[in-house]
Formats: sequence, C-alpha cells, structure tokens
Amino acid sequence: MSQTASAVHHSPKENYLNHQKTVWSWMSTVDHKRIGVMYLVTLAVMFFIGGMLALLVRLELLTPGVTIMGPDTYNQVFTMHGIVMVFLFLVPSIPAILGNFVLPMHLGAIDVAFPRLNLASYYVYLAGGALVLFGLFAGEIDTGWTFYTPYSSSASSAVLFLTSAVFVAGFSSIFTGINFIVTIHKMRAPGLTWNRLSLFTWSIYATSIVQVLATPVIGITMVLLFFEKMLHIGIFDPALGGDPVLFQHFFWFYSHPAVYIMILPAFGVVSELIAPFCRQPISGYKFVALSSVAIAFLGFLVWGHHMFVSGQSVVSSVIFSLITYFIGIPTGVKVLNWVTTMYKGSIWLKTPFLYALSFLFLFTIGGLTGIMLGVLAIDIHLHDTYFVVSHFHYVMMGGTVVAAIGGLHYWWPKITGKMYDEVSAKIACGLIFVGFNLTFFPQLILGSQGMPRRYHDYVEAFAGLHMASTIGSWVLALGLFVVLGCFVHSLRRGKPAPSNPWGAATLEWTNATSPPSPHNFVTSPIVTHGPYDFDAVEEIFSGDGASGDGSVQMDQPPSVAPSSSAS
Amino acid sequence: MSTTIASTEHDTQGGHGASHDDHPAFLQHHFVNADQQFDAAKMGMWLFLITEILLFSGMFVAYTVYRAWHPEVFLEASTLLDWKLGGLNTLVLLASSLTVALSIHYIQKGNQAALFWNLLITILLACVFLVVKYFEYMAKFEHGIFAGEGFDPHGVSHGVDYAKYNIPYAKQFFSIYFIMTGIHGFHVIVGIILMTWLLVKARLGHFSAAWYTPVELTGLYWHIVDIIWIFLFPLMYLI
Repeated sequence: MSQTASAVHHSPKENYLNHQKTVWSWMSTVDHKRIGVMYLVTLAVMFFIGGMLALLVRLELLTPGVTIMGPDTYNQVFTMHGIVMVFLFLVPSIPAILGNFVLPMHLGAIDVAFPRLNLASYYVYLAGGALVLFGLFAGEIDTGWTFYTPYSSSASSAVLFLTSAVFVAGFSSIFTGINFIVTIHKMRAPGLTWNRLSLFTWSIYATSIVQVLATPVIGITMVLLFFEKMLHIGIFDPALGGDPVLFQHFFWFYSHPAVYIMILPAFGVVSELIAPFCRQPISGYKFVALSSVAIAFLGFLVWGHHMFVSGQSVVSSVIFSLITYFIGIPTGVKVLNWVTTMYKGSIWLKTPFLYALSFLFLFTIGGLTGIMLGVLAIDIHLHDTYFVVSHFHYVMMGGTVVAAIGGLHYWWPKITGKMYDEVSAKIACGLIFVGFNLTFFPQLILGSQGMPRRYHDYVEAFAGLHMASTIGSWVLALGLFVVLGCFVHSLRRGKPAPSNPWGAATLEWTNATSPPSPHNFVTSPIVTHGPYDFDAVEEIFSGDGASGDGSVQMDQPPSVAPSSSAS
Repeated sequence: MSTTIASTEHDTQGGHGASHDDHPAFLQHHFVNADQQFDAAKMGMWLFLITEILLFSGMFVAYTVYRAWHPEVFLEASTLLDWKLGGLNTLVLLASSLTVALSIHYIQKGNQAALFWNLLITILLACVFLVVKYFEYMAKFEHGIFAGEGFDPHGVSHGVDYAKYNIPYAKQFFSIYFIMTGIHGFHVIVGIILMTWLLVKARLGHFSAAWYTPVELTGLYWHIVDIIWIFLFPLMYLI
C-alpha cells in the first residue's frame, strides 16, 4: 500500500528549496526555513572543527606523556575545542537550526515576526565565527573557554579576538531570542492557544527568555575584559587592584544560564520525538511546559555553584548549593513524564525515537552527576576533575547533541523532502550511544580518582581508562560520520518523503507538504486540537487535502493504528 | 490512507497571493494586519530595551562592588566631576525625551511638520549633550585623568590640585566612569543616527497616522538612553 501511495503522492513541484535557485537567493533569503538550512550547514562545519579538536585532545591523552603534542599546544587545542563548541555550536545549535525551521510552522505562521532580523542574526553569527577562527589561527589562546582572569588579562593578545567574537556572537543569540519570543506571542494561528503550543515551542520560549536576559551580561563582561587587556582598568586584574572573583561572578551569571540555553531546546525536541513514536500525548503536558520556564528562571540563581572553591562566602555557597538541588525538581518532572508517556504507549522504534531513548539514558546520568557536583563537600573533591568534564559532556553531548541529531532525523523528511535510510541511521545511533559511553563513562571514574581536567599528562595508573576513553572517541566519531553519510546519501538517493511520515499531529506535518511551500501553508491553519492529540485529529487521518496536505502516508503503519476516522 | 487525497492538493493553491492585494504598502506579507505588525515590533523593541538594561547592569554591579569596598575613595574622586555640567546634560536629555515623545504624539495625529521639527530639536539636544560631554572629557584628559593605566592626575586648575587625587582605587572610579559614560555616549550617537534617518524619512512623508512604527520604536530607545543617564548622573556626580 505504502509503495503506491507515496508514488502517487509526490511533493508539489514548487517548494521552498527550489522556487529560487541562485546563490544570492539563498544568501539574501528572509525565509525562516532557508535560514534554518543555512544554519544547519554552517553549524555542521563548526561541529566538525570542534569535533576534530576534541579528537586531537583525546589522541594526546591516549598514552601518558607527550603522545602527539606538547603541553602548550594541548592547552590551545582544548581551549579552541571549548570555545568553538560552546559559543559557536551549542548555544545556537537547536534554536538556530530546528527552531528556525520548525517554530514558525508549529505556530501556523508564515514566518518569524522579524524575518530580516533573523537573516541579520545569521550574518552576525558568521562574523563572530570568523573572529573565532581568525583567533584560532592567529594566535596561541590557551585560557580555556572560561577566560578566567588574571590569566586571560595577561595572556596572548589574541584573546582580544575571542572576547570580541563572544560579544558579537552574543548579538546573534539575542536577536534570535527576541525574534522567537515575539513570534510565539504574536504570530500564532487562530485557535492556537498557549495550552495547544507544542512542547518544542514552550522550550524555545524558555530558552529565548534566558538568551535575552543572560547574553547582555556576557557581552558587557567581554567588553570589560577587553578594556582590562587594552587599558588595564584594574577591575578584574588583582595586580592592578581588581577582583578576579568578580569576573567569575560575571562570567557564570551568563554561562550557567547558557547551559540551559543549550539544554532546554533539547528537552523540547525530545518531547516532540517521544509523543508521536509512542502514539500518546505527553503525560503531564502543563508540567512539562512550565518546568521549562521554571528551569529558565531558577537557572539564573545557581551560578555560584561553579565557584565553591573560589573563596566566595560560605553562606552564598550554601544558598547556591540549595537552589542547585531545586533545579533537579523541574528536570525530574520532565524525565518522569517522558517515561510515563511511554508507559502503555504504542511504541514505534524508529531512529528518532532511538535517539530520544539515548537522550533519556545519557541525560539522566548527566543530570544526576550534576546534582552530585552541586553538593558542597563532594564538589570540593571533584572540582576541576574529569568528573566535571564527563558530567558536562553527558549533558551537552549526550543531551543536546543527541537530541539535536534525533530531531534532525525526525524533521529531515520535512526539511529535505527525502527519507533517510533507516538501517544505517539505526547503526549510527548505536555507534554513537556505545562510543559516547565508552568515551565518557571512564572519565567519571578517572575524575573520582583525582584526574584533573586540562592536563596533557597523567600518572601510569590512569592509562587504561584514558585509552578506553580515546578508543571510545573514535567509535563516537565513526557514528557521527555514518550520520553524515546517511544524510548525504538520502539527498541523492533517498525516497521522496510523504508529508507526514510519522503520523504526527503538529502543524508542520499535518498542514504542509514535504518540503513545505515557500509560504509554509497553502492556507493559514485553524487549530482545533492539541499538538499530541493523535486520536482526536481526524483531519490527519482523513484529511481532504484542502488545508495544504492533511493526508497521512506512513511507510509502515504504527503497530497499533490510531483510531480511524470511521467514527 | 487513500490515494485520491493527493490529487486535490494542487487545486487549492490558485487563490494564494490574491488575498494580499488589499494590504497597505507598509504591511509585510507575513502579518495578518497592521495592528499585529505594530504590536510585534513594539514588543521586540521592549525586549531589546531589556537587554540594554542588562548590559548596563553589569557595569552598575561593578560600580556598586567597588563603591562598597572603597566608599571614601569614590566620594573623594566624584568631587572631581562637575555636577553643574552633569546637571545641565540631565536637563538637556530630559528635554529631548519630551520632544521625542511629542514627535510620536504629533505623528499619531498625522501632523508631519510637527514630527519633523520635534525630531530635529531632539537631534540638536542630543548633540548639545555630546558637546558638553566632550568638554567634560577634555578637562579630565588635560589633567591626566584617563581610564586605566594612563591614569596620572596632575596640574592645578580652578584651585583644585589634581595630584592629590592620585589615590588607590581612584583609577577604578574613573575607569568605570569613562566606560559607563562612554558606552552611554555611544548609545547617544546611535540615537542621533537613527533620528537623522527618521528625519529624512519624515521629510519624504513616509510616516502617517496609520504607520509610524519606526518613530515609536526610536522614541522608546531614546527614553532608555535618557533613563540610564538619570541613574548615571547621581551615582557618578552627586554621591
């Protein structure tokens, strides 16, 4: 059935990818979908650069002593890995790619509220990225991605490029945040009440609030650091009467909320992945939605847990530690609700859902080790060890990146109009899961045994675990390359995607073709149901096509078919 | 999952585009109506203003921390700033806030000439602010008062011996003063550029009672520039 159906059910001739073909039409586009694709390509390059640097770090740590590079080079490599991955990949990642592509469609809108600002934010991001890469080649930056003073204010003047780059890239983040908040408030289709927003939308909303409120602070911190280096104003440098702990406060006031900028969108993606492949509405919808907002606000009150050993007052440390525990509550609400959604659901083990399962497993480890690090006494022992490195990677790589790749598989048919190869995608997912754990679980043990972060050398006793971790990094890299190969292959050879291959209930699937027309929808959707009302969405399963493309074409029906429209 | 559904999908596309013809020229295609466009633009501007406040808040925190640690130095150093010039500039900015508000008021009534003149007066007042600021800066530079390591007060003028201000942490006070007023001054310059652009468009008759969004947004921006100064002035000059 599905063969003949998809043969007849071809995509319309004109879509957002082919309605204009020149390079200039891409570079000057204000279409949120095209901007999302541009971000996808650019961020893939950044992820490649950051990933290569990570492989170099792991290769150096394969054996004790100097393996491939000396300590100075090593310091520069891990610094650039951190800066590229955090500021150029993780912060923009999901909002810039999937947020740009999906968010307006989830709202039933033609575009974001400020399309030109959206394009501007892409170019501002590019400018920031160019500055970072220039700094990467121009000179010896070995401050770590945290730029702690006084070292950063006395180190190589190439740090000036990096502070400027972070400042510039911050504007891109702010523009995107403002754009999304206004879009969610003002651009919703008729009938799309706040309680009918997709959970992806809710998490992008929470993320955008953090972006708008936190990013200016890193901006001014970088300006002050810039002046500290240029003019020696004596605010951060203790040799001039400044206070390096003040820098840490400023830095973490942004950079802790920034980890929620990185992980909150991943929560949204995972909600979108779990519901359609369990054929159930997300359990506790309102709690999951509002827990994103709760995390966004609580996230502003915990920055001091990065500074337990900095000499800040004990009272502050106790308060920061307590609020850090509180963050575990909304996060736990999410994880429990996702698991509950699966309970008695009709689980359909497609690749995006496998990534969602990977996320649940890896993020739970990342989250729990995070709570451990929030415990004052334990943090004194684990501070600046590989335990922290591993925790951070479990959340950021195991959480954000895995969710991003899962989301990319989920929306790939919509973005490109092609189906990827399910078998190789599943193999890639398995390689990533195994490689990731092999890389980072040994680091938890290493850290608890006292292996400090940012060292190029270690004692003989750690050799076995370090070697396992490095081998794991190769498996992980292989998995990621299989993902890339799978996507590239699908562009050339992939089967044309039906408009709703997953039988999902959000508007980009129910009311738009794959790939969508330049204006997303043929007619503005009128929303009559929630984003996960799989049983109530008659129009999905018996659509007459009048509202864009309301028919469902599955390459394999879910094991328990949703109620038919016969009733 | 019927295959007949697909055949109808192209039929509905014919009507697309025709419905946009009755839209006014200023209405972008992705908005339903002018109100939605105006509300969205205004909300976006308010969010941007929040980021401005947070940008300055970092500097206000630095000011507060150093003031809390060295209150006597800040008290002493602030006497070098001329509160009369600062007060004059406060009045100038307050007056410019009034005129920019009037420019919005008049264009809401469709009075293009009044919009033009009020914008022009606002720009002139902003320039007066910068000129006064320029003389203040120059008077400081003359006596070796710079941000950062160039800080080396010397010389005597108006009976004030600058050399006795060469005390620990006076440098921090003036560094913060120059950075905060400098970044504020940059915002004034941006405001002047924006309002000059508005002035040209106003002259060309681009604005009307139906569409004056850029005027309103620039007005909002100008108010935040004013408000930040309202906080800077007492903190730096008076206490």
